[in-house]
Amino acid sequence: MQQNSVMERLKNGIISENPTFVLMLGMCPTLAVTTSAVNGLGMGLTTMVVLAMSNMFISLLRNVIPDKVRIPAFIVVIASFVTVVELLLKAYIPFLYAALGLYIPLIVVNCIILGRAESYASKNGVVLSLFDGIGMGLGFTVALTMIGALRELLGVGEIFGYAVMPESYVPCSIFVLAPGAFFVLAALTAVQNKLKMIGEKKGKDMSKVGSGCSEDCMNCGEKGCAKRFYDTSAEPKVSEENPKQKEETVKEEAAND
Amino acid sequence: MIKELLVILLSSSLISNVVLSQFLGLCPFLGVSKKTETAAGMGAAVIFVITLASAVAGVIYQFILVPFDLTYLQTIVFILVIAALVQFVEMFLKKFMKSLYQALGVYLPLITTNCAVLGVALTNVQKNYGIVTGIVNGFATAVGFTVAIVILAGIREKMEYNDIPESFKGMPIVLITAGLMAIAFCGFSGLL
Repeated sequence: MQQNSVMERLKNGIISENPTFVLMLGMCPTLAVTTSAVNGLGMGLTTMVVLAMSNMFISLLRNVIPDKVRIPAFIVVIASFVTVVELLLKAYIPFLYAALGLYIPLIVVNCIILGRAESYASKNGVVLSLFDGIGMGLGFTVALTMIGALRELLGVGEIFGYAVMPESYVPCSIFVLAPGAFFVLAALTAVQNKLKMIGEKKGKDMSKVGSGCSEDCMNCGEKGCAKRFYDTSAEPKVSEENPKQKEETVKEEAAND
Repeated sequence: MIKELLVILLSSSLISNVVLSQFLGLCPFLGVSKKTETAAGMGAAVIFVITLASAVAGVIYQFILVPFDLTYLQTIVFILVIAALVQFVEMFLKKFMKSLYQALGVYLPLITTNCAVLGVALTNVQKNYGIVTGIVNGFATAVGFTVAIVILAGIREKMEYNDIPESFKGMPIVLITAGLMAIAFCGFSGLL
């Protein structure tokens, strides 16, 4: 796999490793803010800015940050950029700030950002990391806008505030409420499962599909979000519930050695 | 005062449930809900950590950030405080309260990146809650999380041997269940 062209990074983020549709990362904001296409777009772009900036900065600092404290250091970098972006939004785009509210500061705990910092930016050059962030962010934006547009279409009969459904359409307002988010995501994951099964029949490598938070979020921790806070030796034994996990951990530890 | 606290208790735990209407803490909600026992353990750990974190975050906000006019640093400070707190609690329990550690220890590291913890700390600030009100809000939110995750785990246990269409197996059916639960929880909005 070619890893080193800018275009390849963008394509990787938007299509082959799309954080929402393929990896299923960062599901909390995906469900919470996609009540309309505008909100989805706003959240996606906000996340993209934070992701690109933090990727670039972490890549710049990758040789300075000691390995042991890298996760707290990453989090401080990410949280700083989130604060900057939050203050900018508050000052210049107040309606978006009001609509997204609590979910802007919560970008800090979005798995995508820490995940990219850990798996890409801390190992690669500045320009590539920047474009990796932009690509991933664009992928996230595209996904959130599409989900937002779908929910807005079904729930209010509009897209981006323009009425598109015929007047006789009775909006199914549950789609813009909380339960609708779960149903839309359920449909999405079902389609993903189906495609994965078809792909596997054809013998394609589908291991990336749904490897993020969807199956279970401890995966996400395993790959670098939560557990790296702690010494790998003090790794908790969650494995009773999920033996596969333990194997992965062991493998990963071996690989690290 | 008491009345106000009761209202917060009710609204944060049931009416605007942290998972089912605010989508915070979705990862553990979907990931650790295969069995009722583990779900209850996770819930207990979340109650413990969120209550403690909202207390600590409240104290830091009121006595350090506000007097020094540093409130814009809240996100950075809170996330670091929560991360340190979880680790500290884990070490403390391991050393002094072995039995509690055995019951909750497994779940503690998973809570650091649980957005509900940071979410509650930030909500407390946004809604201008004082320290006591903030703690009650945190406790109520965590109870809401526990109620939701235990119910979901119960349903998932029942569902295990059901005949589900192939492509809906796993996550999709869990999400549909969660959606139906969210509809049911909408009914609570008539309470207040």
